[in-house]
Amino acid sequence: MWELGAVIPYPGNSKEYKTGNWRTFKPVLHKDKCINCMICFMVCPDSSIIVEDGKMIGFDYDHCKGCGLCAYECPKDAIEMVKERG
Amino acid sequence: MAVILFKDRVVRPLTGNMAVSEAMRQINPDVVAAYPITPQTEIMQIFSSFVSNGYVDTELITVESEHSALSACVGASLSGARAMTATAGPGLALMWEILSIASGMRAPIVLNLVNRALSAPINIHCDHSDAMGARDQGWIQIFSEDAQEAYDHLIQGVKLAEKLYLPVMSCMDGFIVSHAIDRVSMLADEEVREFVGEYSHPYPMLTKTVTHGPIAMTDSYMEFKHQQRLAMEEVEKALNEVSKEYKELLKSKGNLEDWEIEKRILKFVEPYKVEDAEIVLVAIGSAAGTIKYVIDKLREEGKKIGLVKIKVFRPFPYEELAKYLENAKIIGVLDRAETFGGKGGPLLSEVLTALYLKGIFKPIRNFIYGLGGRDFNIIHVKEVVDILERTLKGENTPFLNYINLRKDYLESLK
Repeated sequence: MWELGAVIPYPGNSKEYKTGNWRTFKPVLHKDKCINCMICFMVCPDSSIIVEDGKMIGFDYDHCKGCGLCAYECPKDAIEMVKERG
Repeated sequence: MAVILFKDRVVRPLTGNMAVSEAMRQINPDVVAAYPITPQTEIMQIFSSFVSNGYVDTELITVESEHSALSACVGASLSGARAMTATAGPGLALMWEILSIASGMRAPIVLNLVNRALSAPINIHCDHSDAMGARDQGWIQIFSEDAQEAYDHLIQGVKLAEKLYLPVMSCMDGFIVSHAIDRVSMLADEEVREFVGEYSHPYPMLTKTVTHGPIAMTDSYMEFKHQQRLAMEEVEKALNEVSKEYKELLKSKGNLEDWEIEKRILKFVEPYKVEDAEIVLVAIGSAAGTIKYVIDKLREEGKKIGLVKIKVFRPFPYEELAKYLENAKIIGVLDRAETFGGKGGPLLSEVLTALYLKGIFKPIRNFIYGLGGRDFNIIHVKEVVDILERTLKGENTPFLNYINLRKDYLESLK
Protein backbone atom coordinates (compact mmCIF):
# COMPACT_ATOMS: atom_id res chain seq x y z
CA MET A 1 0.00 0.00 0.00
CA TRP A 2 2.76 2.46 0.82
CA GLU A 3 4.30 2.75 -2.62
CA LEU A 4 6.85 5.44 -3.48
CA GLY A 5 5.18 8.82 -3.90
CA ALA A 6 1.68 7.35 -3.31
CA VAL A 7 1.76 5.53 -6.63
CA ILE A 8 -1.01 3.00 -7.30
CA PRO A 9 0.96 0.34 -9.18
CA TYR A 10 -1.92 -1.57 -10.85
CA PRO A 11 -5.20 -0.65 -12.57
CA GLY A 12 -8.81 -1.49 -11.65
CA ASN A 13 -8.53 -0.76 -7.96
CA SER A 14 -11.27 1.77 -7.25
CA LYS A 15 -13.34 -1.03 -5.64
CA GLU A 16 -10.74 -1.21 -2.90
CA TYR A 17 -11.52 2.31 -1.87
CA LYS A 18 -14.35 1.80 0.62
CA THR A 19 -16.57 4.86 0.58
CA GLY A 20 -19.27 3.23 2.75
CA ASN A 21 -18.08 4.94 5.90
CA TRP A 22 -19.07 8.35 4.52
CA ARG A 23 -22.72 7.34 5.17
CA THR A 24 -25.01 8.96 7.74
CA PHE A 25 -28.24 7.23 6.62
CA LYS A 26 -28.25 3.76 5.18
CA PRO A 27 -30.80 2.35 2.73
CA VAL A 28 -32.80 -0.66 3.93
CA LEU A 29 -34.82 -2.77 1.50
CA HIS A 30 -38.40 -3.91 2.27
CA LYS A 31 -38.52 -6.93 0.00
CA ASP A 32 -42.31 -7.32 0.29
CA LYS A 33 -42.90 -3.96 -1.39
CA CYS A 34 -40.15 -4.23 -4.11
CA ILE A 35 -41.35 -4.91 -7.68
CA ASN A 36 -37.82 -5.16 -9.18
CA CYS A 37 -38.40 -2.18 -11.49
CA MET A 38 -34.64 -1.41 -11.31
CA ILE A 39 -35.12 2.36 -11.02
CA CYS A 40 -32.85 2.27 -7.97
CA PHE A 41 -30.21 0.46 -10.02
CA MET A 42 -30.34 3.17 -12.68
CA VAL A 43 -30.13 6.15 -10.32
CA CYS A 44 -27.47 4.83 -7.93
CA PRO A 45 -24.31 6.95 -8.55
CA ASP A 46 -22.07 4.38 -6.86
CA SER A 47 -23.25 1.15 -8.51
CA SER A 48 -24.18 -0.08 -5.07
CA ILE A 49 -27.48 -1.83 -5.91
CA ILE A 50 -26.85 -5.58 -6.03
CA VAL A 51 -28.82 -7.40 -8.69
CA GLU A 52 -28.98 -11.15 -9.19
CA ASP A 53 -31.06 -12.95 -11.83
CA GLY A 54 -32.93 -9.76 -12.68
CA LYS A 55 -33.90 -9.19 -9.06
CA MET A 56 -32.84 -6.42 -6.70
CA ILE A 57 -31.45 -8.22 -3.65
CA GLY A 58 -29.76 -5.55 -1.56
CA PHE A 59 -27.01 -2.94 -1.23
CA ASP A 60 -23.22 -2.89 -1.41
CA TYR A 61 -22.65 -1.18 1.93
CA ASP A 62 -18.88 -0.96 1.32
CA HIS A 63 -19.47 1.63 -1.36
CA CYS A 64 -22.96 3.09 -0.76
CA LYS A 65 -22.45 6.67 0.46
CA GLY A 66 -26.04 6.95 1.68
CA CYS A 67 -27.14 9.66 -0.75
CA GLY A 68 -30.74 8.40 -0.58
CA LEU A 69 -31.47 8.75 -4.32
CA CYS A 70 -32.75 5.14 -4.48
CA ALA A 71 -35.20 5.72 -1.62
CA TYR A 72 -36.37 9.02 -3.14
CA GLU A 73 -36.96 7.55 -6.61
CA CYS A 74 -38.48 4.20 -5.51
CA PRO A 75 -42.11 4.19 -6.79
CA LYS A 76 -43.22 1.68 -4.12
CA ASP A 77 -41.45 3.16 -1.08
CA ALA A 78 -39.63 -0.14 -0.73
CA ILE A 79 -36.39 1.54 0.37
CA GLU A 80 -36.19 3.24 3.74
CA MET A 81 -33.30 5.43 4.92
CA VAL A 82 -32.33 4.49 8.46
CA LYS A 83 -29.86 6.46 10.57
CA GLU A 84 -26.50 4.69 10.97
CA ARG A 85 -25.63 3.83 14.54
CA GLY A 86 -22.23 4.58 16.13
CA MET B 1 23.23 10.36 -30.22
CA ALA B 2 24.65 13.40 -28.59
CA VAL B 3 27.84 14.94 -29.91
CA ILE B 4 30.98 14.48 -27.79
CA LEU B 5 32.76 17.80 -27.41
CA PHE B 6 35.37 17.28 -24.73
CA LYS B 7 37.61 14.26 -24.66
CA ASP B 8 40.11 15.22 -21.99
CA ARG B 9 40.20 17.30 -18.86
CA VAL B 10 39.91 20.92 -19.73
CA VAL B 11 40.11 24.06 -17.70
CA ARG B 12 38.01 26.77 -19.20
CA PRO B 13 37.06 30.32 -18.28
CA LEU B 14 33.33 29.98 -17.67
CA THR B 15 30.65 31.93 -15.87
CA GLY B 16 28.49 29.97 -13.43
CA ASN B 17 25.72 29.92 -16.02
CA MET B 18 28.06 28.55 -18.69
CA ALA B 19 29.52 25.95 -16.33
CA VAL B 20 26.08 24.68 -15.40
CA SER B 21 24.93 24.66 -19.03
CA GLU B 22 28.01 22.63 -19.97
CA ALA B 23 27.24 20.21 -17.13
CA MET B 24 23.68 19.90 -18.44
CA ARG B 25 25.00 19.24 -21.93
CA GLN B 26 27.27 16.51 -20.61
CA ILE B 27 24.46 14.98 -18.53
CA ASN B 28 22.29 15.05 -21.67
CA PRO B 29 18.88 15.04 -19.90
CA ASP B 30 15.87 13.60 -21.74
CA VAL B 31 13.57 16.53 -21.04
CA VAL B 32 14.19 20.14 -20.11
CA ALA B 33 11.29 22.53 -19.62
CA ALA B 34 11.75 26.23 -18.96
CA TYR B 35 10.18 29.62 -19.27
CA PRO B 36 11.89 33.02 -19.65
CA ILE B 37 10.38 34.82 -16.66
CA THR B 38 12.15 37.94 -15.39
CA PRO B 39 14.67 37.06 -14.20
CA GLN B 40 15.52 33.82 -15.99
CA THR B 41 19.22 33.18 -16.48
CA GLU B 42 21.57 32.52 -19.35
CA ILE B 43 21.50 28.81 -18.46
CA MET B 44 18.45 28.11 -20.57
CA GLN B 45 19.62 30.41 -23.33
CA ILE B 46 22.94 28.59 -23.64
CA PHE B 47 21.37 25.18 -23.23
CA SER B 48 18.74 25.84 -25.89
CA SER B 49 21.56 26.60 -28.33
CA PHE B 50 23.00 23.16 -27.52
CA VAL B 51 19.60 21.67 -28.34
CA SER B 52 19.39 23.62 -31.63
CA ASN B 53 22.89 22.58 -32.60
CA GLY B 54 22.18 18.93 -31.89
CA TYR B 55 24.78 18.61 -29.12
CA VAL B 56 22.19 16.94 -26.89
CA ASP B 57 19.25 14.57 -27.37
CA THR B 58 17.09 16.63 -25.06
CA GLU B 59 13.44 17.43 -25.74
CA LEU B 60 13.25 21.11 -24.85
CA ILE B 61 9.71 22.09 -23.87
CA THR B 62 9.03 25.80 -24.01
CA VAL B 63 6.09 26.31 -21.69
CA GLU B 64 3.96 29.31 -20.74
CA SER B 65 5.11 29.81 -17.15
CA GLU B 66 7.49 28.57 -14.48
CA HIS B 67 4.55 26.78 -12.87
CA SER B 68 4.14 24.85 -16.13
CA ALA B 69 7.90 24.33 -16.51
CA LEU B 70 8.12 22.37 -13.29
CA SER B 71 4.80 20.63 -14.01
CA ALA B 72 6.20 19.41 -17.33
CA CYS B 73 9.30 18.16 -15.51
CA VAL B 74 7.15 16.24 -13.01
CA GLY B 75 5.28 14.52 -15.84
CA ALA B 76 8.47 13.75 -17.73
CA SER B 77 10.30 12.47 -14.69
CA LEU B 78 7.47 10.10 -13.74
CA SER B 79 7.17 8.91 -17.34
CA GLY B 80 10.70 7.60 -17.15
CA ALA B 81 12.68 10.54 -18.52
CA ARG B 82 15.50 12.40 -16.81
CA ALA B 83 14.14 15.91 -16.37
CA MET B 84 15.87 19.17 -15.53
CA THR B 85 15.01 22.82 -15.41
CA ALA B 86 16.52 26.15 -14.41
CA THR B 87 15.05 29.17 -12.74
CA ALA B 88 15.80 32.11 -10.48
CA GLY B 89 14.18 34.19 -7.74
CA PRO B 90 10.57 35.03 -8.62
CA GLY B 91 10.57 32.15 -11.11
CA LEU B 92 11.02 29.72 -8.25
CA ALA B 93 8.27 31.53 -6.39
CA LEU B 94 5.89 30.83 -9.27
CA MET B 95 6.96 27.17 -9.20
CA TRP B 96 6.14 26.94 -5.51
CA GLU B 97 2.96 24.88 -5.75
CA ILE B 98 4.69 22.28 -7.91
CA LEU B 99 7.74 22.06 -5.62
CA SER B 100 5.85 19.99 -3.07
CA ILE B 101 4.15 18.01 -5.83
CA ALA B 102 7.53 17.07 -7.31
CA SER B 103 8.89 15.95 -3.94
CA GLY B 104 5.62 14.33 -2.84
CA MET B 105 5.39 12.32 -6.07
CA ARG B 106 9.07 11.48 -5.68
CA ALA B 107 10.11 12.87 -9.03
CA PRO B 108 13.94 13.12 -9.00
CA ILE B 109 14.07 16.38 -10.96
CA VAL B 110 17.23 18.47 -10.81
CA LEU B 111 16.59 22.18 -10.75
CA ASN B 112 19.28 24.80 -11.25
CA LEU B 113 18.47 27.72 -9.05
CA VAL B 114 20.30 30.99 -9.51
CA ASN B 115 19.61 32.67 -6.19
CA ARG B 116 18.00 36.04 -6.65
CA ALA B 117 15.95 38.38 -4.50
CA LEU B 118 12.18 38.19 -4.46
CA SER B 119 10.07 41.19 -5.45
CA ALA B 120 9.03 43.78 -4.33
CA PRO B 121 10.78 46.04 -5.06
CA ILE B 122 11.79 44.26 -8.24
CA ASN B 123 15.51 43.62 -8.01
CA ILE B 124 17.01 40.56 -9.87
CA HIS B 125 20.26 40.54 -7.82
CA CYS B 126 21.54 37.91 -5.43
CA ASP B 127 20.11 36.83 -2.15
CA HIS B 128 18.84 33.54 -0.76
CA SER B 129 15.22 34.48 -0.10
CA ASP B 130 14.01 32.37 -3.05
CA ALA B 131 15.67 29.14 -1.88
CA MET B 132 14.90 29.74 1.79
CA GLY B 133 11.24 30.21 0.97
CA ALA B 134 11.31 26.74 -0.59
CA ARG B 135 13.37 25.06 2.09
CA ASP B 136 10.50 23.05 3.59
CA GLN B 137 9.16 21.62 0.33
CA GLY B 138 10.98 18.29 0.50
CA TRP B 139 13.82 19.16 -1.89
CA ILE B 140 17.49 18.48 -1.30
CA GLN B 141 19.15 21.92 -1.40
CA ILE B 142 22.79 22.26 -2.37
CA PHE B 143 24.58 25.62 -2.41
CA SER B 144 27.70 26.42 -4.42
CA GLU B 145 30.42 28.93 -3.60
CA ASP B 146 31.73 29.29 -7.14
CA ALA B 147 31.24 28.12 -10.71
CA GLN B 148 33.41 25.04 -10.17
CA GLU B 149 31.20 23.86 -7.33
CA ALA B 150 28.07 24.65 -9.32
CA TYR B 151 29.40 22.42 -12.12
CA ASP B 152 30.34 19.53 -9.83
CA HIS B 153 27.28 19.78 -7.58
CA LEU B 154 24.97 19.54 -10.56
CA ILE B 155 26.55 16.34 -11.87
CA GLN B 156 26.57 14.74 -8.41
CA GLY B 157 23.09 16.12 -7.73
CA VAL B 158 21.63 14.12 -10.61
CA LYS B 159 22.96 10.90 -9.14
CA LEU B 160 21.88 11.81 -5.61
CA ALA B 161 18.34 12.70 -6.73
CA GLU B 162 17.92 9.44 -8.58
CA LYS B 163 19.24 7.29 -5.75
CA LEU B 164 16.42 8.31 -3.41
CA TYR B 165 13.83 9.70 -5.83
CA LEU B 166 14.07 13.10 -4.21
CA PRO B 167 14.28 16.30 -6.25
CA VAL B 168 17.46 18.36 -5.98
CA MET B 169 17.78 22.13 -6.06
CA SER B 170 21.32 23.05 -7.03
CA CYS B 171 21.84 26.69 -6.07
CA MET B 172 24.41 29.32 -6.95
CA ASP B 173 24.51 33.02 -6.13
CA GLY B 174 22.99 35.25 -8.78
CA PHE B 175 25.49 37.43 -10.68
CA ILE B 176 28.31 36.85 -8.17
CA VAL B 177 28.65 33.25 -9.37
CA SER B 178 26.23 33.04 -12.26
CA HIS B 179 27.62 35.94 -14.31
CA ALA B 180 31.25 36.19 -13.19
CA ILE B 181 33.93 34.34 -15.14
CA ASP B 182 35.68 31.68 -13.11
CA ARG B 183 38.26 28.98 -13.69
CA VAL B 184 36.32 25.77 -14.22
CA SER B 185 37.89 22.37 -14.59
CA MET B 186 35.62 20.10 -16.58
CA LEU B 187 35.34 16.36 -16.93
CA ALA B 188 35.20 14.70 -20.33
CA ASP B 189 31.71 14.18 -21.76
CA GLU B 190 31.93 10.37 -21.62
CA GLU B 191 33.05 10.49 -17.98
CA VAL B 192 30.02 12.52 -16.97
CA ARG B 193 27.63 10.31 -18.95
CA GLU B 194 29.09 7.19 -17.44
CA PHE B 195 28.93 8.70 -13.97
CA VAL B 196 25.27 9.70 -14.12
CA GLY B 197 24.29 6.52 -15.98
CA GLU B 198 20.86 5.69 -17.34
CA TYR B 199 17.77 7.13 -15.69
CA SER B 200 15.11 4.77 -14.45
CA HIS B 201 11.98 5.14 -12.35
CA PRO B 202 10.28 2.14 -10.66
CA TYR B 203 6.85 3.23 -11.95
CA PRO B 204 7.34 4.82 -15.36
CA MET B 205 3.98 5.89 -16.80
CA LEU B 206 5.06 5.17 -20.37
CA THR B 207 5.60 1.48 -19.84
CA LYS B 208 3.54 0.54 -16.76
CA THR B 209 -0.17 0.87 -16.02
CA VAL B 210 0.08 2.94 -12.87
CA THR B 211 -1.69 5.86 -11.25
CA HIS B 212 0.49 8.80 -10.28
CA GLY B 213 -0.86 11.56 -8.06
CA PRO B 214 -3.93 9.97 -6.49
CA ILE B 215 -5.82 11.54 -3.60
CA ALA B 216 -4.74 10.54 -0.09
CA MET B 217 -7.14 11.70 2.59
CA THR B 218 -7.00 11.75 6.39
CA ASP B 219 -6.42 7.99 6.40
CA SER B 220 -3.12 7.94 4.50
CA TYR B 221 -1.69 11.40 3.66
CA MET B 222 0.38 11.58 6.83
CA GLU B 223 2.10 8.25 6.16
CA PHE B 224 3.32 9.49 2.78
CA LYS B 225 4.73 12.62 4.43
CA HIS B 226 6.51 10.41 6.96
CA GLN B 227 7.98 8.47 4.03
CA GLN B 228 9.47 11.72 2.73
CA ARG B 229 11.04 12.38 6.13
CA LEU B 230 12.53 8.89 6.12
CA ALA B 231 13.88 9.46 2.60
CA MET B 232 15.51 12.71 3.75
CA GLU B 233 17.17 10.80 6.57
CA GLU B 234 18.68 8.49 3.94
CA VAL B 235 20.33 11.43 2.17
CA GLU B 236 23.46 11.41 4.30
CA LYS B 237 24.34 7.84 3.33
CA ALA B 238 23.43 8.31 -0.33
CA LEU B 239 25.35 11.57 -0.55
CA ASN B 240 28.47 9.96 0.85
CA GLU B 241 28.18 7.14 -1.68
CA VAL B 242 27.81 9.60 -4.55
CA SER B 243 30.70 11.79 -3.44
CA LYS B 244 32.91 8.73 -2.90
CA GLU B 245 32.23 7.62 -6.44
CA TYR B 246 32.90 11.12 -7.75
CA LYS B 247 36.11 11.29 -5.76
CA GLU B 248 37.29 8.07 -7.38
CA LEU B 249 36.44 9.48 -10.79
CA LEU B 250 38.43 12.65 -10.09
CA LYS B 251 41.32 10.66 -8.66
CA SER B 252 41.42 8.37 -11.69
CA LYS B 253 42.28 11.37 -13.83
CA GLY B 254 45.63 11.51 -12.07
CA ASN B 255 46.18 15.21 -12.70
CA LEU B 256 44.18 16.81 -9.89
CA GLU B 257 45.56 17.99 -6.56
CA ASP B 258 44.06 16.51 -3.40
CA TRP B 259 42.69 19.86 -2.21
CA GLU B 260 40.99 20.32 -5.55
CA ILE B 261 39.33 16.92 -5.31
CA GLU B 262 38.21 17.64 -1.74
CA LYS B 263 36.68 20.91 -2.82
CA ARG B 264 34.82 19.41 -5.76
CA ILE B 265 33.11 16.47 -4.09
CA LEU B 266 29.70 16.89 -2.54
CA LYS B 267 29.73 17.43 1.23
CA PHE B 268 27.35 18.77 3.82
CA VAL B 269 29.75 21.32 5.28
CA GLU B 270 33.19 22.67 4.48
CA PRO B 271 35.17 23.78 7.54
CA TYR B 272 37.87 26.39 7.04
CA LYS B 273 40.47 26.87 9.78
CA VAL B 274 38.03 26.07 12.59
CA GLU B 275 40.27 23.75 14.65
CA ASP B 276 41.69 26.46 16.90
CA ALA B 277 39.25 29.24 16.03
CA GLU B 278 37.79 31.40 18.79
CA ILE B 279 35.47 33.20 16.42
CA VAL B 280 33.60 30.91 14.03
CA LEU B 281 31.47 32.24 11.22
CA VAL B 282 28.76 30.20 9.51
CA ALA B 283 27.81 31.15 5.97
CA ILE B 284 26.35 29.86 2.72
CA GLY B 285 27.38 30.47 -0.88
CA SER B 286 29.75 32.95 -2.50
CA ALA B 287 30.29 35.01 0.66
CA ALA B 288 32.41 32.11 1.93
CA GLY B 289 35.13 33.02 -0.59
CA THR B 290 35.41 36.58 0.71
CA ILE B 291 35.29 35.36 4.30
CA LYS B 292 38.13 32.87 3.71
CA TYR B 293 40.29 35.68 2.29
CA VAL B 294 39.62 37.86 5.33
CA ILE B 295 40.31 34.94 7.68
CA ASP B 296 43.73 34.47 6.06
CA LYS B 297 44.52 38.18 6.44
CA LEU B 298 43.35 38.40 10.05
CA ARG B 299 45.21 35.22 10.99
CA GLU B 300 48.39 36.98 9.92
CA GLU B 301 47.58 39.43 12.73
CA GLY B 302 47.16 36.49 15.11
CA LYS B 303 43.37 36.53 15.24
CA LYS B 304 41.90 33.05 15.51
CA ILE B 305 38.98 33.03 13.14
CA GLY B 306 37.36 30.16 11.25
CA LEU B 307 34.45 29.51 8.93
CA VAL B 308 31.97 26.71 8.43
CA LYS B 309 30.46 26.84 4.96
CA ILE B 310 27.12 25.08 4.62
CA LYS B 311 26.94 23.29 1.29
CA VAL B 312 23.80 21.24 1.87
CA PHE B 313 21.01 23.15 3.60
CA ARG B 314 18.32 20.47 3.27
CA PRO B 315 18.69 18.03 4.89
CA PHE B 316 20.58 20.19 7.38
CA PRO B 317 23.80 18.73 8.91
CA TYR B 318 23.06 19.52 12.57
CA GLU B 319 25.55 17.11 14.16
CA GLU B 320 28.42 17.84 11.83
CA LEU B 321 27.97 21.58 12.24
CA ALA B 322 27.82 21.35 16.05
CA LYS B 323 31.11 19.46 16.01
CA TYR B 324 32.84 22.47 14.40
CA LEU B 325 31.17 24.97 16.71
CA GLU B 326 31.98 23.16 19.96
CA ASN B 327 35.27 24.93 20.65
CA ALA B 328 34.30 28.40 19.49
CA LYS B 329 34.07 31.25 21.99
CA ILE B 330 31.55 33.11 19.85
CA ILE B 331 29.61 32.28 16.70
CA GLY B 332 28.59 34.63 13.92
CA VAL B 333 25.82 33.41 11.64
CA LEU B 334 25.53 35.10 8.27
CA ASP B 335 22.15 35.11 6.57
CA ARG B 336 21.46 36.29 3.06
CA ALA B 337 17.71 36.07 3.64
CA GLU B 338 15.19 37.61 6.02
CA THR B 339 12.46 35.98 8.06
CA PHE B 340 10.71 39.27 8.98
CA GLY B 341 9.47 38.80 12.50
CA GLY B 342 11.67 35.82 13.27
CA LYS B 343 14.56 36.27 15.68
CA GLY B 344 17.03 36.26 12.78
CA GLY B 345 17.65 34.70 9.39
CA PRO B 346 16.80 31.11 8.43
CA LEU B 347 20.38 29.86 8.90
CA LEU B 348 20.36 31.22 12.46
CA SER B 349 17.44 28.94 13.41
CA GLU B 350 19.29 25.90 12.11
CA VAL B 351 22.51 26.81 13.92
CA LEU B 352 20.59 27.35 17.17
CA THR B 353 18.91 23.96 16.75
CA ALA B 354 22.27 22.30 16.09
CA LEU B 355 23.70 23.83 19.28
CA TYR B 356 20.66 22.99 21.40
CA LEU B 357 20.72 19.35 20.28
CA LYS B 358 24.29 19.10 21.55
CA GLY B 359 23.54 21.02 24.73
CA ILE B 360 25.92 23.81 23.74
CA PHE B 361 25.19 27.32 24.94
CA LYS B 362 27.43 30.03 23.52
CA PRO B 363 27.34 33.70 22.59
CA ILE B 364 25.96 34.04 19.08
CA ARG B 365 25.22 36.96 16.78
CA ASN B 366 23.24 37.03 13.57
CA PHE B 367 24.16 39.13 10.55
CA ILE B 368 21.82 39.89 7.67
CA TYR B 369 23.88 40.82 4.62
CA GLY B 370 23.74 41.11 0.86
CA LEU B 371 19.98 41.34 0.38
CA GLY B 372 19.12 42.21 -3.21
CA GLY B 373 22.79 41.98 -4.20
CA ARG B 374 24.08 44.54 -1.66
CA ASP B 375 27.88 44.38 -1.54
CA PHE B 376 29.48 42.11 1.02
CA ASN B 377 33.14 42.91 0.69
CA ILE B 378 36.29 42.50 2.74
CA ILE B 379 35.47 45.55 4.88
CA HIS B 380 32.06 44.12 5.67
CA VAL B 381 33.47 40.78 6.79
CA LYS B 382 35.88 42.77 8.97
CA GLU B 383 32.90 44.66 10.39
CA VAL B 384 31.26 41.34 11.29
CA VAL B 385 34.46 40.15 12.98
CA ASP B 386 34.75 43.47 14.78
CA ILE B 387 31.25 43.18 16.23
CA LEU B 388 32.02 39.63 17.40
CA GLU B 389 35.32 40.71 18.97
CA ARG B 390 33.65 43.58 20.80
CA THR B 391 30.96 41.17 22.04
CA LEU B 392 33.67 38.85 23.36
CA LYS B 393 35.21 41.77 25.24
CA GLY B 394 31.91 42.28 27.03
CA GLU B 395 30.38 45.05 24.98
CA ASN B 396 26.60 44.90 24.67
CA THR B 397 26.06 44.41 20.92
CA PRO B 398 22.73 43.80 19.21
CA PHE B 399 21.75 40.18 18.55
CA LEU B 400 20.72 40.93 14.97
CA ASN B 401 22.90 43.17 12.82
CA TYR B 402 22.19 44.42 9.32
CA ILE B 403 25.50 44.76 7.50
CA ASN B 404 26.23 47.54 5.01
CA LEU B 405 23.04 49.56 5.31
CA ARG B 406 23.28 52.98 3.69
CA LYS B 407 24.33 55.84 5.99
CA ASP B 408 21.69 58.23 4.66
CA TYR B 409 19.02 55.63 5.42
CA LEU B 410 20.35 55.14 8.95
CA GLU B 411 20.35 58.95 9.38
CA SER B 412 16.73 59.05 8.27
CA LEU B 413 15.75 56.68 11.10
CA LYS B 414 17.00 59.09 13.77
